[in-house]
Amino acid sequence: MKNKKNQLSTSVFLAPYLILFITFIVVPVVIAIGLSFTYFNTIEMPKFIGLDNYVNILTQDNTFMQFVLPNTLIFSLIVGPGGYILAFLLAWMLAQITKGPRTVLALILYSPSMTAGIATAVVWKIIFSGSETGYLNHFLISSGFINEPIQFLQSPEYLMVIMIIVTLWGSMGVGFLAMLSGVLNINKEIYEAGYIDGIRNRFQEIIYITIPSMKPQMLFGAVMAVVTTFQAGAIGVELSGQNPTPQYAGQLIVNHLEDFGFIRYEMGYAAALSVLLLLFIYAFSRIATKFFAEKD
Amino acid sequence: MASFQGTKINPDKFHISQLKFYVILILVALFMIMPIVYIFSHALKPIDELFAYPPRFFVQKPTLENFRDLLSNTNATGVPMSRYLFNSIVVTIIVVVFTVLISTMAGFALSKKEFKLKKTLFEINTIALMFVPAAVTIPRYLLIDEIHLLDTFFAHIFPLLAMPVGLFLVKQFIDQIPNELIEAAKMDGANDFQIFIKIIIPLVKPAIATISILAFQAVWNNAETSTLFVNDENLKTFAFYMSTLASDTGGNSVAGQGMLAAASLIMFIPNLIIFIFMQSKVMNTMAHSGIK
Repeated sequence: MKNKKNQLSTSVFLAPYLILFITFIVVPVVIAIGLSFTYFNTIEMPKFIGLDNYVNILTQDNTFMQFVLPNTLIFSLIVGPGGYILAFLLAWMLAQITKGPRTVLALILYSPSMTAGIATAVVWKIIFSGSETGYLNHFLISSGFINEPIQFLQSPEYLMVIMIIVTLWGSMGVGFLAMLSGVLNINKEIYEAGYIDGIRNRFQEIIYITIPSMKPQMLFGAVMAVVTTFQAGAIGVELSGQNPTPQYAGQLIVNHLEDFGFIRYEMGYAAALSVLLLLFIYAFSRIATKFFAEKD
Repeated sequence: MASFQGTKINPDKFHISQLKFYVILILVALFMIMPIVYIFSHALKPIDELFAYPPRFFVQKPTLENFRDLLSNTNATGVPMSRYLFNSIVVTIIVVVFTVLISTMAGFALSKKEFKLKKTLFEINTIALMFVPAAVTIPRYLLIDEIHLLDTFFAHIFPLLAMPVGLFLVKQFIDQIPNELIEAAKMDGANDFQIFIKIIIPLVKPAIATISILAFQAVWNNAETSTLFVNDENLKTFAFYMSTLASDTGGNSVAGQGMLAAASLIMFIPNLIIFIFMQSKVMNTMAHSGIK
């Protein structure tokens, strides 16, 4: 009798979350996988075509192979680990100073993550604006580096760099906060023991004590870094104001997906792209887990 | 202990050796805060300063004109800005309250109750941390259409309620609560609901603060539900309204620029205030936030 009551309350506690979780997260993923094997233009019924979408992505889609995939890899390999290392170093440095200034500086470093996507794009758009009233152009012209304003957001050679800067700027999110409190919560006695055992400098201290002591937070930070990196996909379109981005310079999987899904209405194809995207994220997170998971 | 010179972690007072960290941190912080200062300054600029050449970073003659314009502005279909703001506030409050409630409930069950699929469920949720909504926008749209949520207020709410990272954080936090406490309450005759309300909720306040902030940011900044799931202008949110301002300002409206700046500031301020008030609790939660 008691057990039954226990089970009942367990289900009551779990049900709301589970129902919503399954409906809005699990089912869409399953549908995406299903649709990825079909041709679907939103008007006719989906038609089963097997692996054709995947085969096409990998063999026929020149844009994907030539721009989207390399862009995504470059972007995520720089922004992911870059943002992650930056977050750790900043968290570690913040831990070395006193509480008052630390709180203020931590708040400032976190503040970009609070700016909404659109607000971010608006601000940076003005800074990088292509006319001479853009802040960067004005600065470069008045200090004599260039004579003509540069079309930062419309030229392929700059767009990617700017996307990376803007994303790194906004990347001190939850992972950063986790790492900061991770560093702060390491037991001081572990360090004392380390110094007795022959650790001599701060670098050794970080490698042998700090990082191993905060592995859980490091891993959480890593997973969050992977997710934010792939989430940030829209930034190129927001900055340049067009999808596809100029000469596909800032085209990432997310944008390619939206291009096919919402502009060309090739839903099956877009679904296959989304499955690839989820696989990417999963693979990168697995790699992160390999690095930091506790070996026990 | 003469050789023990490192580990100045969490120092009590200033020491000259901290100076190098200050230098780096302040430089980085300046870079990080510049665009934010710019949002403030830009929003207060009168029209002539917005388009001044050479461009000025800081406002010279601050004015609230942009906010007045924004307030009195109605868009092409005649919906006033206040309506969007109202929608955003209502949607945000509902999402934050319910996200906190359902994540805490599920976190309690996953942490302290025994049942068969417990481990599996938590693992699936941990995998779902990696969930990127952009990847499944299309199936979500089809689904929301299928369950007749298109063009309703609920389309803003339901898709955002299940927040894997929220459940994850709160579950890790509840793990820290000693089982003895719950056993003791049971001895005194408390049932699960009483335990949840009288013990769990008060003890996980830091985690609740953290999820509230994350949920708030997710919903307040969300323009996507308005773009995709809602056609009725009267039901769209402020974040969406802002995105329309952003796309109009290509050249047609001079006042648009100022309104956009003011709108960015309105978007940003609540995030900032909430975070300032709750940051110590957030840090407390993050100490237990590891994936193990």
